[in-house]
Amino acid sequence: MLELHQGPLEVSAILSRWYESQKSFNYGAYIPFVGTVREEGGIEALSFDIYEPILQRWFEAWQARAAQQGAIVMMAHSIGDVPVHGSSYISAVFSPQRKVALSLIASFVEDFKAQAPIWKYDVIGGQRVYARARSTPIVGSGLLGGGA
Amino acid sequence: MVSVEFLGPIGKSPLQLQVQSLRELSALLAQDPELSAWLQSCAVAVNDVLVSSLDTPLRSGDRVALLPPVCGG
Repeated sequence: MLELHQGPLEVSAILSRWYESQKSFNYGAYIPFVGTVREEGGIEALSFDIYEPILQRWFEAWQARAAQQGAIVMMAHSIGDVPVHGSSYISAVFSPQRKVALSLIASFVEDFKAQAPIWKYDVIGGQRVYARARSTPIVGSGLLGGGA
Repeated sequence: MVSVEFLGPIGKSPLQLQVQSLRELSALLAQDPELSAWLQSCAVAVNDVLVSSLDTPLRSGDRVALLPPVCGG
């Protein structure tokens, strides 16, 4: 399940809803990751743009990968502004045994950071500033820049 | 016509261009000083699938998207 929400995520409600939706399917492990916007660098908020069609494809590939191990992945992300101490990102893995879920959540979150088509901005003084220094080029970038 | 969309922070309006391949598109976009720096760091999708070859053919109605460096979460 991939959910996109305007503004900050309702963490308790989402975690609880995911738990309730899967609790009778015999998964022994439910391992969520909750990302919280930290107060640093004088920011008021983070803000996000998302390109949904490619995000959906990326997520479906992860669903297939998880299914091969009998697991499922869940993800929720914010669109627009998320104030300091709000949550912009939640992901989770359900699996029969804990080892699969612990390993999958780590690789899922890392690949998410490197490949998911989401752009982050610092909000400072009401202005959105692209977080370029913290961003990662998607694999294969530079194709049109004469690098290929 | 091929549509070209500039995602996220690039902040440029979409273009409609007569091009037959990504190689041709690359040459055309490189002439735009506003874009040349972005081209080095962007991934490219055709009809929402990421591509890795400049020889990718383009047909009328295709949608090209440029994806700058990402940072979710």
